[in-house]
Amino acid sequence: MVNAGLTTIYLAAEEGAIHAGTGGIWSEWAGLMLIGPMLAFLVIVMFGKRMRYQGAEVAIGVMAFNLIWSTVLLVLNMGDEGVLYERSIEIARVGGGLVFELGWMVDGLSIMMYWVVAAVGLAVFVYAHGYMKGEIRVTFFFAALSLFAGSMLVLVGSPNLVQLIIGWEGVGLASYLLIGHYWEDKENSSAAMKAFYTNKVADVGLIIGVIIIGVVLGSFHYWDLAAAAAEHSDLLGPVAVTAAILLFIGAMGKSAQFPFHIWLPDAMAGPTPVSALMHAATMVTAGIYLMARTFPLYQELATAARPWMIAAGTITLFGMGLLALVVDDIKRVLAYSTVSQLGYMMTAVAAGGYTAGLFHLFTHAFFKALLFLGAGSVIHAVHSNNMSDMGGLRHHMPHTYRTFVIGSLALAGIFPLSGFWSKDEILATLGYEGYNLVMWIAVAGAFVTAFYMARAVSLTFFGEYRGHGHPHESPRIMTAPLWALAVPAVIAGLVNIPGLKLPLIGSFTSWLSVRSVSMGDHHAESIDLGLAAAGLAAAVAGLWLGWVAFGPKAAKRRAERDWVEVPGLYPLLRQKYYLDHVALGMVWTIRSPLARAVNWVNDYVIDGVVNMVGALCQGLASLVYRGVDQRGIDGVVHGVSYGASGMGGLLRRIQSGRVQQYAGLLVAGLLLLVVLVLFVL
Amino acid sequence: MELFEIWALSLIVFLPLAGALVALAIPKEREEAVKLWALGVSGVTLILAVIVAARFDFGAAGRFQFEVDLPWIGAIGANYHIGVDGISLPLLVLSALVVVLCVIYSWKHWDEPHNPRGFLVLMLILATGMNGTFVALDLVLFFIFFELVLLPMYFMIGIWGDRTMRKIPGFKKEVETRLYAAIKFFIFTLFGSAFMLLGFLALYFKSGSGGLDPTFDIPELIGRGFLFEGTFAWLVFGAMFLGFAVKVPMWPFHTWLPDAHTAAPTVGSVLLAAILLKLGSYAFIRISIPILPETAREWAPFIAVLSVIGIIYGSLACLAQTDVKRLIAFSSVGHMGFVMLGIATLTEVGINAAIIGMVAHGLITGLLFFLAGSMHHRYHTREMSRLGGNLKLMPVLGGILGFTAMASLGLPGLAGFWGEFMALLGSYQPLPGLSTDFFRTAMVIGAIGTVLTAGYMLWMLQKVNLGEPSSEWAGKKFHDVDRYEMIAWVPLIVLIVAVGVYPKLVLGVTTDAVVGLVETAFSSVLGG
Amino acid sequence: MGVEVILNQFLILAAVLFVMGVYGLLVRRNAVMVLLAVELMLAAVNINLVAMEAFWQTTEALGQILAVFIITVAAAEVGIGLAIILLIFRNRRSANVDELDLMRW
Repeated sequence: MVNAGLTTIYLAAEEGAIHAGTGGIWSEWAGLMLIGPMLAFLVIVMFGKRMRYQGAEVAIGVMAFNLIWSTVLLVLNMGDEGVLYERSIEIARVGGGLVFELGWMVDGLSIMMYWVVAAVGLAVFVYAHGYMKGEIRVTFFFAALSLFAGSMLVLVGSPNLVQLIIGWEGVGLASYLLIGHYWEDKENSSAAMKAFYTNKVADVGLIIGVIIIGVVLGSFHYWDLAAAAAEHSDLLGPVAVTAAILLFIGAMGKSAQFPFHIWLPDAMAGPTPVSALMHAATMVTAGIYLMARTFPLYQELATAARPWMIAAGTITLFGMGLLALVVDDIKRVLAYSTVSQLGYMMTAVAAGGYTAGLFHLFTHAFFKALLFLGAGSVIHAVHSNNMSDMGGLRHHMPHTYRTFVIGSLALAGIFPLSGFWSKDEILATLGYEGYNLVMWIAVAGAFVTAFYMARAVSLTFFGEYRGHGHPHESPRIMTAPLWALAVPAVIAGLVNIPGLKLPLIGSFTSWLSVRSVSMGDHHAESIDLGLAAAGLAAAVAGLWLGWVAFGPKAAKRRAERDWVEVPGLYPLLRQKYYLDHVALGMVWTIRSPLARAVNWVNDYVIDGVVNMVGALCQGLASLVYRGVDQRGIDGVVHGVSYGASGMGGLLRRIQSGRVQQYAGLLVAGLLLLVVLVLFVL
Repeated sequence: MELFEIWALSLIVFLPLAGALVALAIPKEREEAVKLWALGVSGVTLILAVIVAARFDFGAAGRFQFEVDLPWIGAIGANYHIGVDGISLPLLVLSALVVVLCVIYSWKHWDEPHNPRGFLVLMLILATGMNGTFVALDLVLFFIFFELVLLPMYFMIGIWGDRTMRKIPGFKKEVETRLYAAIKFFIFTLFGSAFMLLGFLALYFKSGSGGLDPTFDIPELIGRGFLFEGTFAWLVFGAMFLGFAVKVPMWPFHTWLPDAHTAAPTVGSVLLAAILLKLGSYAFIRISIPILPETAREWAPFIAVLSVIGIIYGSLACLAQTDVKRLIAFSSVGHMGFVMLGIATLTEVGINAAIIGMVAHGLITGLLFFLAGSMHHRYHTREMSRLGGNLKLMPVLGGILGFTAMASLGLPGLAGFWGEFMALLGSYQPLPGLSTDFFRTAMVIGAIGTVLTAGYMLWMLQKVNLGEPSSEWAGKKFHDVDRYEMIAWVPLIVLIVAVGVYPKLVLGVTTDAVVGLVETAFSSVLGG
Repeated sequence: MGVEVILNQFLILAAVLFVMGVYGLLVRRNAVMVLLAVELMLAAVNINLVAMEAFWQTTEALGQILAVFIITVAAAEVGIGLAIILLIFRNRRSANVDELDLMRW
């Protein structure tokens, strides 16, 4: 059934029989969205310093243009006729029948990504204009942001795997530039290097995977890949699992899946808008996007790769969520949370939940960007990343507080915010596909998510202010994007409520599939109330526990230790105290042995291996260079010239300069010759 | 225009030489006149090369065009046979371009002992040698041009090179780095050339068997490929391999390269990296493979092994360097490893990869050496431990260095990527008959090499570009990139991006020629 | 007494002359004498050539031609050689060959 669906969609599409519109000029010129930010990058680099707003106006203008354009496409795609258009320009014929192409693709998936990048991008760009006021290198900052947006669009708009690699590494470069924005500190440049490098290691998988697919199929086109997968092509079959796992390794790097996630928390060294746009909403989802784009490969041929992918995703979603409980840096809390959420998406896609994974990608982009921007606003106010320097900020920063809470509730998965619907869809898919253990781990993960968000909100906005100076609400240019993102964080879930088909808009599932043919994944027609209740219960429990353990009262109790012994209030407090103990005990259990163990594994085993490989390479390098190269190979070279010079030293003694000695040698030689001729020969 | 067809290539080759002779007639003191003259001559050469490229019939890129074939030394049947096809055209244009840029760059940057006339004359002679090698279609002619580049480079390194004293292990006395490097470069290359000449002579004599006149003509020899078989062919390939491999340079014949690069004046390093290294790999494609295709298949795994060792080894060695120029020099070993890996696959994709890799390496590493030279000019040191915060002291220079390092580590969208990617692509499926498992292993190791490449480039950037400037430089005034540097570098930057975004600029010319070459050479295994 | 006997006598004469030349070349210290010894050796060669030509009777008279050629060259050589010796003598007040080792390594 599933196979039939896929075969139909791709074969029908190839024959042009598919029931989809082309989108007219909006599709034909959609390439402008890819080129625009790239041009903006060039313009800002060359002329940005002379502009009034140091280039920010160009970057924001281009993003606004992109948002309008992609919104039109989104609306076109909502109708009964979807949009399906593709345009490729040959950039090289390389022999062996292979062709490299650049171009753009307009279909449900890429429209969704265009829109997310443009929407979140515009909010972040506007916000950054306020956030970066007075900072160094603002011009370059906006140039790099534009480069990122351009590369990301090149990535998601790509109709083939080669262009994907170009965009893939382009966003990596932008990430490197922006994480290391304050490169005067070695810590920051090291973080940038770590991000670039970890990705580069994973990219080996991607590149080899792409090569295998390209050579075997004779084409890098997604379309051909999907068709080959749908037909169970004999060419692709034998290498499908290898290629799939290699592509997945690439995706693990970009999407920070265990054990490649190590770069993402460090990447928080970049300015906060960067973290919001790249390391939460868009760039890190490129791996998920790749898995979705090549979904037919995993669905049809490389099913053997799926357990590995699910394992990696599950470890990531649960283990990394725990880490968010023990860190003090608010951006790192969000970073670990991002890693954990990416784990959800990866698990969902790997389990066959094409729509579920992408839907979570969609909603997560909004609320996580919102959370990061909120955190940035707080950091802007208190000049510290540490939650121990915050507290009680809800009075000082009402807009930030409200939007941050909205974002947190959405992330925690509270009904009816967007996160609830997307998380529920993932759980439902896992259950439907029969991964029950994974499903319950995901429910536990939802609990952890709610827990650490409650902790973050409590420590940041409640209790007493523990920092220095007087925090103020951020300027309107920063709070406006917060509210702008809060809206989709609340309502984005509506587009994919099971069984509900909104008039005109349609459903998320139908956006993603080419019209009237499903992608072949399961999409629940009605909500599974039991499962939804379980997920919601886990989230509420997590919030409650976090509130109890870290809320203002707990803080107060900690601050005034003897307060609990005030007579009269004691029994009530005792009960609370008891609960606190339970909560604290649970917190302690989770925090101390479990999370620390994960943390330890993270720092010593995985990072240790990375460091050891580094040290080993360094040692090996010096061994090879000093021992083999300089002594060994160069030694031979020197030996030859030394030998020649030694021989010369011996032979030159004959050159006495005395003519008679020469004559004597001559005669002796002549005699020798005579003797030879006469007697020997 | 018939006249142009006939004279174009000869002019491109010999105009610089004639220009050099005329330059010698200009009084030494009139430096401006000498510089203008050199610029004019190299500029006209470039314009001619560009016109040749424009009038080139891209539909017949596999055929030799602008061909001239005249009797030259009748006694040995050596002809003055020149021509370009799709394989040599990009390299010819690159060579003409880089010489012009070098003249512009050196306008205000002279290493001691100054003497612009002498330096420019050498540069023009070098141009003749390089351009000549790329168009020669006769082995004797090829050999002469191939060797002609040695002399000017020897003098450039030996006279304008680095004067610091250096202790060489195994030698008692300290020697000047420039002398050591120049002599090592010369002798190393000559050693290889001796074997190469033996190989050429063997081909010549063997081509005379079966009642035919012996010939040095390359297309003619390709047609007589059936005469060269067995051990004879194996040995001839080996002899030529030695000559070409030293020039590339392939591991383990590379040790002259870091020394020569480190000691050479900036422009010398640029020419060495951008063009001279290409002569060797070009010769593999032009001579070894088409004339001895069957033997090439026997040698291919061996070449692949050396290439892969070179990739890993060069990258590791880079990580151990403290000298910027030496690091870039070792990076060439790695990059040329990719070029040779591409050639070793003997496929269309692989050989195409080699050519675009050569062009990209010429652009990128040439620019890197320009940058290293300019930095040396300002800091008077190349020790990375003393540098740092370059981006703060000189934002434009630092920015260009960052860009070029990214291009060098093979960032997709810039020129360096295609060579590496296509070399790996070719290795996945080498020529039928070659061991697939073997080449796939090579592909994986090569891919790991790209990671190491990224490692040392990022490391270099962090050391040199990022961070706060050390107290040694803080507060000092550095003048950022000047006009001459900018004019010399911008074309390279533009080309790196252009080739990166639109590789057809190179591959559009080469593909037909390479396909023709592979199909002719390996028709037996390709089946038809 | 045939032609061969006469030939032998000439060859013996030439050999004796040549050996005398070699002796002079190796043991005399005065450069002029060394030069003369060289002349002696050349004379021996000339005798050989002429004698052999008489014996073989080639149509081209190669022996005589070569002999004349050698005499010419020898004359030129003696001219230059004596000039050099003269200059050396003027500079160093001596023409002893074993004192001349300026050309050693």
